[in-house]
This record gives sequence, structure tokens and C-alpha cells, in this order.
Amino acid sequence: MQESLWIAKTGLDAQQTRMATISNNLANVSTAGYKRGRAVFEDLLYQNLRQVGAQSSQDTELPSGLMQGTGVRVVATEKLFTQGNLETTENALDVAIEGKGFIQVLLPDGTISYTRDGSMALDSDGQLVSSNGYPIEPSITIPQDSQSITIGSDGIVSVLAPGDTTPSQVGTLQLADFVNPAGLQAIGKNLYLESGSSGNPQTGNPGLNGLGSIMQGYIESSNVNVVEELVSMIETQRAYEMNSKAISTTDQMLQYISNNL
Amino acid sequence: MGNYLYTSMVSASEIMRGMADVTHNLANASTTGFRADLSMFKSLTLPGAINGGGAPKFERVGVDTSFGALQNTGVDLDVAVSGDGWIAVEATGGGEAYTRRGDLRLDSTGQLTNGAGQAIIGDGGPLAIPPHTKMEIAADGTISIQPLGQGPDTVAVVGRIKLVSLDSEALYKSRDGLLRLKDGATAEEDANISLVSGSLEASNVNTISTMVKMIELQRSYETQIKMMKTAADNDRASAELMKMN
Repeated sequence: MQESLWIAKTGLDAQQTRMATISNNLANVSTAGYKRGRAVFEDLLYQNLRQVGAQSSQDTELPSGLMQGTGVRVVATEKLFTQGNLETTENALDVAIEGKGFIQVLLPDGTISYTRDGSMALDSDGQLVSSNGYPIEPSITIPQDSQSITIGSDGIVSVLAPGDTTPSQVGTLQLADFVNPAGLQAIGKNLYLESGSSGNPQTGNPGLNGLGSIMQGYIESSNVNVVEELVSMIETQRAYEMNSKAISTTDQMLQYISNNL
Repeated sequence: MGNYLYTSMVSASEIMRGMADVTHNLANASTTGFRADLSMFKSLTLPGAINGGGAPKFERVGVDTSFGALQNTGVDLDVAVSGDGWIAVEATGGGEAYTRRGDLRLDSTGQLTNGAGQAIIGDGGPLAIPPHTKMEIAADGTISIQPLGQGPDTVAVVGRIKLVSLDSEALYKSRDGLLRLKDGATAEEDANISLVSGSLEASNVNTISTMVKMIELQRSYETQIKMMKTAADNDRASAELMKMN
């Protein structure tokens, strides 16, 4: 009916999405390897009701036109891949990536997903798995009777067998990186999938070709900044209130005309 | 029936247009780099009419070029323009347009774009960034990278973001929300404009004054309706006079 009602509605929708993003960030403030999200807004197309610069007579031009904006929309909720803090855990199977790169995780359906969460574990066969039990790619198996596991900064996994004095290598933890990590598709469980906008994965050994290095005994904590989220939350709430005020004002105007005429 | 009924009717509908504009600004109160639309009512006069016609016409007069708040985000690819400058981007469908939004990112082909997906223009057309380990945006817009597979001693300059200063009188906002020059020309690069990296510039919509403007529009709308009611009452009264009893 009235365009201002619909424009204000787009504002409410956008703030609602932003609030959901903030809540998701706050809920994941202690999730290892979590990367905070941010809602990205853009203004909707303008309707050109009166062309600026059109002839107002043969020799004169209109100095200003009438372009009606139509509101706002959420273009994306992007992930910000800034480095999270490294927390020491002293656990041999916890690794943090210092720098760029993702650990590759094989999903049950055979596709490879990517994660920054380096809290790994072993399954019953001694295979290195992610915290939700999916095997790490390339697969690394730790022999049953190993005394200790060492993961070097270059990703080389070595174990000390009983009776040996020197550790033996059992595999290398490889990392993958993307041109545009923000374009990865988040699927939950701390995992991301390759998408059309992320580019193809470039795999390699940690520490080489721009990939980050591995730090054993640490995990990367969430990169959510609680104070920043709380400030954004206040801003979102007020913007929401103002948009709903715009709806109620328009509503009152319409009510006034229908009651008084 | 007096022609002021029509004057009030046109006024009321133009005020509703104004409401849509105010609401659009409010809806974009948190759109990065958004510039508020400025509008005004212009009086329409009809020569020869008894009361001059007098209905207002709602018009968009331009964009508010004042600064928005600087938000520190700590993200390398977020930049804010300091001072009175603009970032040149390639508009959808070609052509150069200008914006203040600096939430930059790389797409899958290494093209530098902003949050709305518009390609950022450098010295010679849209900027594409080769694979790299680290990317740095300097204050003057120069982008330097440490190419993939090279040590920190190798730094390559890949281009410079085109920053321009524009005369606010010569600007208009086009349908896609980007700013362009009225004469269709492209602006020259200005070396005095600088960027602040790790920050974003918020929308410059002043929510308080926008809300006040909204109240003002609401009240004048009610006045117009009152006038229409008066016109109807007066008309009824004259009809009453004519009535034979």
C-alpha cells in the first residue's frame, strides 16, 4: 500500500539478520577455530521518478530529480578469517594453525571439508580424526604402541615406538588454502566447503608457499570480540526500533486519514 | 468545492513520498559507507490560479556528503576513506562510479571488490591481486603483496586503488546507489586522499534528525488531512444553504 511501510520492513528484516549473526557469534565465543560472521548490507535499487538533468524546457535542465530509494538488503553474512588467539592445552593431538590455511577433513559422503579447529583425536584404528570423528586428509595412522606423538611446525607427524631411541615419521599433516577464504561455505561443525567464490584449494605442507605453520599443544580459540559484538548489538537494537517507529508513524498517518475523511 | 482541497490532496501525497525517503535513510542506518539522501519540498505555483496553486513538490536535491562514524574492525581488507574522498569502482554494466564503502574482499579469481560486489578500480582498470601470502593496503591506496612462494624480502606492488575527490555540487546518486558525476565524466585521481586500513566507515544517516523529520512530516500530513476535512465541511455547509425546506 504505502511504500514507506515496505521500506521500513526491509530495514527490520536486515536488522533481524544482523541480530541473528551477532547472536551466533556470541554463542560461539568459546568454539575452537570459530570465525566470526558479519552481515553485509547494501541499499536497494532506486526508482527513478523524475530524471535529473532532463530538459525542463528547451534551454533549461532540471537541477534535481526524484529518485526514490527502496530500502536495504543483506547481501551476505561473510566470515572474517582473522587469527584467533592461541590457547595452550598441552594435548599432543591439539594443533593450531598460525597463519593461513585449513586442515582437510574427509566427510562421510567422500567430499573434503576444511576446518581451522585443530582439536584432533584418534579413533579405534589409531587413525587421526577431527573432534567430530571424521578422518583427517591425508590419512595418518598412529601405531597402537606409540609412546609419544610429535607434530612439527612443518606438519610432519612422528611417533616414538617402544624400545626405539629415535622417532619415526608416520605422515604429514597437510594444509589447504584458498584465494578467497571468505567465500567458503560454512556448514556448521566448524567445517567449511569449497564454493564457486572461494576458488580451488591449494594444498601443501605447512610453512611453505604462504601456508601457516602448525603449533602442537595449542588450539586456536574463536576470534569473536565480545565487546565489539555487544556494541553492534546495541546499534542493531536501536536501528530496529527506529525502523519499527517508521512503520508505526506511517500507520498512524494512514489511520488519521481513514478516521478523519 | 474549493481548489484548496486538491492542493491539500497533492500535499498529502507528496508528504507520503517524503516519508518513503526518510524511511529509506533509516533502513540504511547500518549500511557501510551509505550516504544519506537529501530532499526538500518545492512550491509549485500555477500562474492565474486564485490562490497561486501552491502545492508542494517533493524533490531529491542530492546526497549528504558528511562523514560517517569510523568503526574499527581490525580486518586487513577493511578500509575507510579519510577526508573528503571517494573510492572508484566499476559499476555493473561498465563505467566508473564512486562510493565510500571500503569493505574490500577478493573473489575466486583474485579480483578486488567491495561488499556489494563492485570491482575496485586501480591505475589501469579493475584491480586483480595475484596469489599472495600477505597483502597490505597503504594509506595512499597502494597495494603491495608478498607473492606466493617468496620470502618476506620480496615485496611486489600490484597497483593502487583509485581515490578521487569530487565536488559535492557535481554529484548525483544513480539507481544502483553509486555516485556519479552529473556530466558523465570520470574524475581524476587525487594524491591527497588517504585510506585508513582496519576500519570501516559507517552510514552517515543521522538517526536523530531523521526521526525528527519523520515526526514533522507526520504532523504536516495531519494538517493537510484537516484541510481536506475542512473543505468537505465547508462544501456541505454551502450545500446546506441551498437546500429548500
